[in-house]
Amino acid sequence: MNNAAASQTSEVSTKAALHSSQIVKIQDLNVFAGDHHILKNINLEIPRNKITVLLGPSGCGKTTLLKCMNKLTDLYRELKVSGSIFIEKDDILNTTTNIPSIRQKMGLLSQRPYPLPVSIYRNVSYGLKLKGVRDRKLINFSVEKHLREVGLWEEVKNRLNAPATSLSIGQQQRLCLARGLAVKPSIILADEPTSALDPISSKIIENLFKDIKKHYTIILVTHVLRQAIRLADHAIFMIDGEIIEQGDPEELFKNPQTEELRAYLVDGN
Amino acid sequence: MQLRRKIFDKITGFWMITSLITILSLPLIIGTGLYLKAAPLFDQQSFFSLIFSSQWAPSKGEFGFWPFIAGSLYVTVLSFLFTLPVCLLAAIYLTQFSSKQLIKVMHPVIDVLAGLPSVIYGVWGILIIVPFVSKYVAPVFNTTSSGYSVLSGGIVLAVMCIPYILNMLIEIFNTVPVGLREASLSLGATRWESVKHVVIRGNFPGIISAYGLGIAKAFGETIAVMMVVGNVVKVSINPLDAAYPLPALIANNYGEMLSIPMYDAALMFAAFLLLVIILIFNMIFRYLIHKTKRQ
Repeated sequence: MNNAAASQTSEVSTKAALHSSQIVKIQDLNVFAGDHHILKNINLEIPRNKITVLLGPSGCGKTTLLKCMNKLTDLYRELKVSGSIFIEKDDILNTTTNIPSIRQKMGLLSQRPYPLPVSIYRNVSYGLKLKGVRDRKLINFSVEKHLREVGLWEEVKNRLNAPATSLSIGQQQRLCLARGLAVKPSIILADEPTSALDPISSKIIENLFKDIKKHYTIILVTHVLRQAIRLADHAIFMIDGEIIEQGDPEELFKNPQTEELRAYLVDGN
Repeated sequence: MQLRRKIFDKITGFWMITSLITILSLPLIIGTGLYLKAAPLFDQQSFFSLIFSSQWAPSKGEFGFWPFIAGSLYVTVLSFLFTLPVCLLAAIYLTQFSSKQLIKVMHPVIDVLAGLPSVIYGVWGILIIVPFVSKYVAPVFNTTSSGYSVLSGGIVLAVMCIPYILNMLIEIFNTVPVGLREASLSLGATRWESVKHVVIRGNFPGIISAYGLGIAKAFGETIAVMMVVGNVVKVSINPLDAAYPLPALIANNYGEMLSIPMYDAALMFAAFLLLVIILIFNMIFRYLIHKTKRQ
């Protein structure tokens, strides 16, 4: 899938000396599904411990871009991915690091919550168990810590062994966040995480993001302009597989440089 | 107009209830019928000795059904052992790992296999499996076997059940949402770990019911098994020996030898036993499904 040779890789990685304030750097990323060019020459940088919003209309390739970052694109044989994605200093598209450990650097929050078909407790402990943690005390501690982190502990502490599916959908989404945080990622990939939620649950998730960005870098995909304005520290606007504009959100939303973004801002408001 | 609609409504309602009652009472009617027909046998022998005695001499009036029950169970269990790993792994591969093209090719193949009449499996068993068991399997264990054996029956039965169970498993595994797999992978699971935790554990009730239906079908399968199993009345632990399952007993003898007293009652009792055992199987699997669903 990755057609760059190893020698090229080392050359590229020296060139791409990552600034310490950046955690992700994407260079010349292209994704094809057959003849369909889904992502076109993506070049971007994502700042550390900030909320970066990927904004754009549905079908513009935001989700695919997100899936490239934790290599879920591997699941789809029809997708051809080329270019480089540096996470910290490792080009994950051309690396020998094993995929599970790359994925554990990132927590994924999808459009609707997908709790595993086990108990609440075991949803959170799942990632730890995969990492090989066997110490009960440590697992208990971690489960409580991360359920507290997402504000779910008080609601579920008396029914940790109940099936995760017995929670409300908003609670499930927070559980999925806790589950992702438990593997100690540095990045959180959030793919329209509030699109299936009611306004109150959405607000809880948004506030959570604001709280936890001290410790994590959040990459949020959304097509809701208001949400982008509320949360973004850095914004990237995409249309049709291309990055149209990126930069400081205030600047971007006040003085759009392109016709596309201007039109989107008008429609979105 | 109003009247016509009312009458029509009444008629359809009545019809639905009647058909429902008919369907619900069918097993009861069949069961009672078989029991009444078999009843004369109970005057001669106790229920316990009918089931657990191995003495089978109809002309002397001795009816012990144990060899038949044991033969049926043995063949079924063997076939289950063969189908369990094959179907589970094949279904996992087809739904989780393979390309979509392969599934497109496999579906008609499975459907054809599922649709083949059992007599064809029987003939195939006689031509391929029986000689294989006699020429290659028996020498490995330093024994001789005609090939008409429990093992042959188990293999043929397994092959017959594979498309049936595989189809159900594929349907079940296809219901696992992609998002769930992605969630598990994104937490650092390998593909196999994801399959284990998400696909297998999450669908445990479904997997059990697929195998339960498969076993119930296997237990009652008649023609194909009858053609390769040897049909000798004896109880043996050796899978290379012949056996005589219950359905084969009924199919081979009903309509003949009815001049022997009590023979028809004995065959009715065999049918009744078959019904009861399948009922018990179903109840066990229902219970297992219920139990795993609650977890």
